[in-house]
Amino acid sequence: MAESGVTDGLCNTDDIERSKTEGKELTKEEKQRLRKEKKQQKKNKEKNDEKTSHEGEKKKNKKKKEEQPAGSASQPPAQPSPKAVPAPAPPPPAAAAVPVPASEAPAPADKPAKSKADLKAERRARQEAERASKGKKGDVGQPAPTGKLKAPPSELQPVVKRLPEHVQVDNPEVVKKLAKKLERQQIPLRSDYGYKVSLFSHLHQYSRKAPLTQQLGIPSTVIHPAIVRLGLQYSQGIVAGSNARSVALLHAFQQVIRDYTTPPNEELSRDLVNKLKPYISFLNQCRPLSASMGNAIKYIKKEISNIPSQCKEEEAKIKLLNCIERYINEKIVLAAKAIAKYSIEKISDGDVILVYGCSSLVNHILCEAFEKKRKFRVIVVDSRPRLEGREALRRLVQKGISCTYVLISAVSYILPEVSKVFLGAHALLANGYVMSRVGTSQIALVAKAFNVPVLVCCETYKFCERVQTDSFVSNELDDPDDLIVTRKGKTQLEHWQKVPSLGLLNLVYDVTPPDFVDLVITDLGMIPCTSVPVVLRVKNVDQ
Amino acid sequence: MELQAVLMAAGGGSRMPDLTYNTPKPMLPVGNKPLMWHPLNLLERVGFEEVIVITTKEVQKMMSTDPKMKDVKMKLDVVCIQEDGDMGTADALRHIQQKIKTDVLVVSCDLITDVALHEVVDLFRAHNATLAMLMSKAHDFTETVPGQKGKKKTGEQRDFVGVDQSGKRLLFMANEADLEDGLSIRKSIMRKHPRMHIKTGLVDAHLYCLKKAVVDFLADNKSISSIRGELLPYLVRKQFSKTTNCPKSKDDADDQTQKTADGSTNSTELLICSRDEPLLQLAQERSCWNDHRGDMSEAYHGGKLRCYVHIMDQGLCYRVNTLAAYIEANRLASKLLEEPAVHPSAVISERCQMGPDSIIGAQCQVADKTSIKRSTIGNSTTVKEKVKVTNSIIMHGVTIEEGCNIHGCVICSNAVIGRGADLKYCLVGNGQQIEAEGKHRLVSRF
Repeated sequence: MAESGVTDGLCNTDDIERSKTEGKELTKEEKQRLRKEKKQQKKNKEKNDEKTSHEGEKKKNKKKKEEQPAGSASQPPAQPSPKAVPAPAPPPPAAAAVPVPASEAPAPADKPAKSKADLKAERRARQEAERASKGKKGDVGQPAPTGKLKAPPSELQPVVKRLPEHVQVDNPEVVKKLAKKLERQQIPLRSDYGYKVSLFSHLHQYSRKAPLTQQLGIPSTVIHPAIVRLGLQYSQGIVAGSNARSVALLHAFQQVIRDYTTPPNEELSRDLVNKLKPYISFLNQCRPLSASMGNAIKYIKKEISNIPSQCKEEEAKIKLLNCIERYINEKIVLAAKAIAKYSIEKISDGDVILVYGCSSLVNHILCEAFEKKRKFRVIVVDSRPRLEGREALRRLVQKGISCTYVLISAVSYILPEVSKVFLGAHALLANGYVMSRVGTSQIALVAKAFNVPVLVCCETYKFCERVQTDSFVSNELDDPDDLIVTRKGKTQLEHWQKVPSLGLLNLVYDVTPPDFVDLVITDLGMIPCTSVPVVLRVKNVDQ
Repeated sequence: MELQAVLMAAGGGSRMPDLTYNTPKPMLPVGNKPLMWHPLNLLERVGFEEVIVITTKEVQKMMSTDPKMKDVKMKLDVVCIQEDGDMGTADALRHIQQKIKTDVLVVSCDLITDVALHEVVDLFRAHNATLAMLMSKAHDFTETVPGQKGKKKTGEQRDFVGVDQSGKRLLFMANEADLEDGLSIRKSIMRKHPRMHIKTGLVDAHLYCLKKAVVDFLADNKSISSIRGELLPYLVRKQFSKTTNCPKSKDDADDQTQKTADGSTNSTELLICSRDEPLLQLAQERSCWNDHRGDMSEAYHGGKLRCYVHIMDQGLCYRVNTLAAYIEANRLASKLLEEPAVHPSAVISERCQMGPDSIIGAQCQVADKTSIKRSTIGNSTTVKEKVKVTNSIIMHGVTIEEGCNIHGCVICSNAVIGRGADLKYCLVGNGQQIEAEGKHRLVSRF
């Protein structure tokens, strides 16, 4: 594992290694000593680094090896501290969290740098001269020199936000790093498929016909079978929808925890988290994680790390399983009930409600309202290629609600009849933007033009700290072959790959600005879109 | 652990008695490797580390002495059963029920295929299926079968396989022998799957992924003795039966009062249905996916028992249970194996003409002026001068004297072909001797 790899690199821990090989359990003091020594080593290395490089050329070189935060040029003071620098650390699956100086410093990266110090010094001087002549470059690759000078005291800098790797697919270094990380975790790398439209070439695009399980061994030993099954279900779309994905994820984690046994000389609180990391990478490869899944994973990891070390394994496992049950119950099931209660106040008799796609929450609300004997009718708007509206239509009609079904191209014709629009959300971003299925912003825009109120229903566990103002920066590209349709025996787009100037784009998400959203109904109440950061702050304080 | 592999190698080879009367079917050489090596190789390539092999004592003895079986790096857990042939495949599974701890992948020893196994297992995993199997489009065998005069009519009963629109879900399976008065399909199936494709030209590869609950079910129902003949049609039928589809408490009570006699079977039948835990149910409810559209029912029509099939249309898939299949498999074996066609220890003289699709075994001696085309020659075989061997299968330890002409034959181990013999489409048994200057056409010699 990474931690033991680091210990091997830092050869000051001979006695600890000896005790490990002898099979003695490391006592608490030894573990603390180990940690202190690691920190000391790192500090020594940094000191050496700074001695040999005035401007921290090494860090520049290291940075060139690692991915560059795209927006970091504008934050030179916040340049990654030396601790953060040698820590590419498995980039967080969810976009929000960020690696604080990770303890898994890749010691090998430091060592060759040190030994070629003299060559580096010369190169440094040359580069300094060049840069001084060219002036400060504002581009992605070059960190400003001022940042370096601030580097030494910046160990106490606040957490730096880095771009997640899944939006940097066109940067070969990032891809290489990801490949290395996956290799370390023994997970196959899924290759991109087909020509990507240039605006979205920074995102992954996979084909459903090439599942990740092709490259895995059949009785999967590296990855727990429940996780393999889950990954397959994600990539084939059998489990789709934010809530469903989170619930399925937590269910799979429950099975992993049930089958888990702590290896000797390890603590459950640390080892289990490390065991979950490759699973999360695997699921990420199958289908990029959603914001709700990211929050669920954060919660689980926190709960696991908070297990006291003197807790017995069985108790700990039961505790974790209960935590998961409670999380699902509170954040999903009860939240849905609360949201339904609030929404029913907003539905009056004679309403014509427009819904888009298949949101499990909105369907739940409508079914509850119908049971509470409200009289309304529903217009279901649908769009290709997913055509999820059909499933929403089926569920509503099965309950007995009278529905109309249109495609999104007819939305401006049908809006004069509509009295309210209910939309579901995949995530609510910190600046009030709503990330939802592609087409939602369209509906919100047209509804605004017709002065029809737009209500977004979203549980609080889907709130995420990311900020986005457009749908390009971070999105998901689905299989482009889904756009191919066969009508009357003819498939026009069958050989789309052979046409060099043709690209198929199948976006999954888009963001709706808060100006178009009139109300967000959450389990905490009905709030305006701009109050999302408040909720996030309150949540963080709670935790 | 996800899947346990079980290799069924106790079959008798009843459809090719000429070859199997001396050598048991699992040890017949195909491409100079024992027949059961091929499925074991497939499992090994895919990543299995352990296989439970159900076989007879005779085969186990032969396995331990065969050098090719030593190549298999997996751990083989050999379970011996009686050779009397009364034990069907399902009986064998019942026999090893104690060893089965997870879902099981049953493979037959006579399967030679290059299928991407993940296709079958993915169906099993993704849909939480009770059964996933492999089938392939049948290829006609065009080579003349030695020892048989005239083309043998396919007197075999056809299998009718019904799949749904997507071609993955198995809706109907019956053999012609069971359908005396025509093929009847239940209305409930037609209501749920209005478009059904019924195929007859499919070869069942006898590769099944079964849930552990099925093995437990077998342990309780001792009347089922064959997987292919009885268990599979039962499971396929059970997908649409009423008891599996309405497991509500009221119906349970009714069913149980009515079927008190089959009380035990009732409870184990329900066990087969993948009893989803409540969280999985919740996830499925919240998911906006359905496997069909057009009617009001949820995904899978609420059915808990699901059977899936993967139909290969490209690639090799042969079941070596007839002579024709055996010959075809040998022909194609060179494509499957990664080893060089000519074994390094074979002594081949320079003036020998060898075609590219011939396989020469270890320690062979091939003399001058011979011509070997499209043939497989086993270990320790001696081929003298001026011999012409085409389209044939020569097994181990055979001696072919000078001037022979062998075309389209199968010559079993330790046979001796006298000088100048001319054999076309003949089948020579173990240890037989063909006299010099003999001329034979379409003869079986034992």
